[in-house]
Order: sequence, then C-alpha cells, then structure tokens
Amino acid sequence: MSSETLNKVFIDVEIDEPAKSDIKLATELEEVCPVGIFKATEAGTEIQVPALDECVLCNLCIETAPAGSIRIIKLYEQ
Amino acid sequence: MRFYEYEARKIVELAGIPVTKYGFCQTADEAREVAEEIDGPVVIKSQVLSGGRMKAGGVQFADTPDEAADHAATILDLEINGLMPRGVLVDPKAEVKREYYVSVVWDGTAKKPLMLFSYMGGIDIEEVAEEHPDYVGRAHISNLLPVFDFEAKQVIAATGVTGSQLNRATPILARLARLFLKYDMTLAEINPLAELNDGSFVALDAHMDMEEEAIGRQKQLLRKELKIAEDDTRDNYEPSDFERNVKAIDGADHRGVIQGKDHGFKGDLGLVIGAGGGSLTLTDAVRNQGGRPANYSEIGGNPSVAKACGLAKEVLQKDGVEKIAVMMSIVSNTRVDIVARGVIKACLELGLDPAETIAIFRIPGAWEDEGFEILDKYGVEYCDRSVSLWDAAGRAVAKIQGEAA
Repeated sequence: MSSETLNKVFIDVEIDEPAKSDIKLATELEEVCPVGIFKATEAGTEIQVPALDECVLCNLCIETAPAGSIRIIKLYEQ
Repeated sequence: MRFYEYEARKIVELAGIPVTKYGFCQTADEAREVAEEIDGPVVIKSQVLSGGRMKAGGVQFADTPDEAADHAATILDLEINGLMPRGVLVDPKAEVKREYYVSVVWDGTAKKPLMLFSYMGGIDIEEVAEEHPDYVGRAHISNLLPVFDFEAKQVIAATGVTGSQLNRATPILARLARLFLKYDMTLAEINPLAELNDGSFVALDAHMDMEEEAIGRQKQLLRKELKIAEDDTRDNYEPSDFERNVKAIDGADHRGVIQGKDHGFKGDLGLVIGAGGGSLTLTDAVRNQGGRPANYSEIGGNPSVAKACGLAKEVLQKDGVEKIAVMMSIVSNTRVDIVARGVIKACLELGLDPAETIAIFRIPGAWEDEGFEILDKYGVEYCDRSVSLWDAAGRAVAKIQGEAA
C-alpha cells in the first residue's frame, strides 16, 4: 500500500502583514504555540506547514498577535 | 519484564537479603575461576528465561573447579525450550537444614501486593497451597504505605514458624516486600529460602518480574545496577514489524501514548482503541460478537495527530486488514477531534476513503463536537456515549461481516 504525507488537511493559518514581518511578534508566536506552527526568522514569522494539522485550537497565537492579524481556518468547515 | 536468575539474585542482594557467594559466567574458564573462589562443591545453573532447567540438564553439580568448567561448557551449549543460555550461574552447593518459600506477588483481584510464606520451600507453591492451605501464610500489603516488619512476621507466624527461624525470616520477607514496591515488581520470589546448618538464612534461587510500564522509571536499576541494554526487552517472542514500528512512532513523540501488539492476531478488523481499560473490553466485545481483531492496541494520553495517524496507518497496512474500528471509553484528556484527524489522515495518506475504511468511530468526550464535525465532513460513521462499547463493537463487526457476505 503506497503512502504519502499530507499537510494542511484540517487546519490552515493565515497571518497578515505587517504582523508577519514583525520580528518581535515572530519570537512571541514561536514561544506561545504549543505545537510549533510558527518559526521566528530574520524576515519575521514563517509558518511550519507540517505542523498545521497539529493545531489544538488554543487561540494563543490570536491572543498574542494584533487583533485580526492571524486567522485559524478549519478546513473541515468549508 | 522478566529477569534472569543472576539478575534476580543481584536485586535480592541490593535489598539487603543474604545470598550465597555466586558468580555469573559466560565461559567455562570463568566458571572454573568462580568455583576456585568458592572453594567447595558447586552447582552450575543455565541462565535461560525458561522453566524446566533441571529436567533438561541445565542444572549440574560439581565437586572440583575442573568439573565445574566441564559442566559449564556443556550447559552453555544446551538449548532449553528453544532458548540458548545467556550464561551460567555458579553457586556453592549449600548445606541446607530446611527450605522455605517467600514471595510477594501482585494480586490483580485485590489490586494489592500479596505476601506469601511457606515452610515447604523448594517445591511448587501452587501445589502446596492447594493440598495444604494452612502451610501457606499470606497477607496483602498497602500499595502506598511503608511495609512494617510486623506485617511480615504475622504472615510467617501464621504457618507455625516460631523462635529464631521466625526472627531471621521476618526481615527477609519484609525486605522482599519493600523491594517489590520500590522496583515495581509483579513477582518477587525466593524459592528456596534456605536455612543453613548454622541457622543463618540465604536466598538460593530468586525469580523477579517487573511491571513493563515501570521500565522507564527503573533505569537506575536496569541500566546502572544490572547493566541491561535498552533493546534487551525480554519479550517472549520476536516483535513483529508492526510492533516495532508502533513502538518507534510512540518513542519519536512525547505526546500521548500508543501501543500495538499483533502476536497471535490474524483478523480483518484493525483496532485503534483505548481508554481506561477500554482496549481489553473492546477487544473482548469484538471477539464475543464474532469479529476477528487484527491487532490489540492502546491509544491515549492525548496523542498528537501524527501519532494517532501513525498508529492507524500501521494497523491499516497490516496484511488482511479491511477496516478499522476506532473506539474508546469516554475520554477526558485525550481529544476526540485530534484522534479523528489522525485516523482520517491515515486513510487519506494511504489513498483510502475514510467513510469506507473506518467501520465505526466511537470516542465520546473532550472536544467531541469538533471531532464529530470532522467525521461528518468525511462521511465517517460515528456514535456518542449513548451507544455502549458493546454496541459500537457490534456495529463494526456487522459492517465488516456484511461486506464479506
């Protein structure tokens, strides 16, 4: 039986500019996310796609970022 | 986890119980050296994780170091019940006045350790208990409270043992009970406990069995004291690829726990099951309704999506598996939606339709509404806590049998 790895099956996360390129926010998001969806880089926040489906819907990222700049999308609701 | 006799002897020694001067040897020359040190008649015992050593010729007596070396060479090449020995134990041939039996065993019914003592040692304790129940003293001890010497004394005194024998045997049973609790044993047995001609007591043979779940927290004993390698699992059989893979998936991620066994399972219904005894109940429920489980598994402790997915994929890839049943008792810390994501993802990654592949999903509890939303999206049949484990298992069996018909 062949097998492939699928990502972003259940959850997607969107982050708007300028929050995305805010380096301080990137560090905070990396710290706050329990499943490692956010990685702080020199350019700001990088979404770790393989971790997206692990999102536990804790909303800590939403509470950390400026209002409305991060959206968690439940793909199974679409 | 089972221990070889030489390891059990070491554990007994660590607990402060007297043992004879013994040596574990892996060559005939080592056996000769130990026999020379003992400087007297010795007994050479095969170190295999199997009973019937005496009958198979795995226990021999020697009067000289050369004879000990000869016997060791023979025993080291002797297969017993399909197992080759790890080495031999060279032990002095003790001048025994009397043999006793002492043990502490996990009583699954009472859910407490049980101390046992008999003054008929060296023979099958089950036989003694059946034929002469008054020869066996017994009492439960607490799982939590310290063991006091008086508790051991009462057990021994109940068999009629008095005087210096009672005073000398008491600390041995009490220490064995403390050892049992400290090292998470399911069995700690000394048989025989010998009273020597000088009145002293020594453990001549010991059997220990440790709770598998405790291996992780007993590293000091296992790795430092006994030098047991991490991959030395002491399983009764060689693990299958399925079992190895599930273990590797579990070890790679600290979140949650999964276990998978398929030794002796040849069925067509894969099981992804768990929760507070749910695995056993559900496996029985499937079997008793005519189902044929392909495996036994446990999932819980709030695993990640990847871990749930990994287990489900391993189950689905087993030969003969047509569908999986994902069932648990009511969960509180394991999230329903996370497990739902995991098992659906497993199907999708293997190119299977979740609606066709998952015979039933019955995990009520934390985040169940979110989970049911996901299951709805993929057309997977699910049920909540209003459907019993028995009925859920029945639905899964009916589905797979209906398909076969």
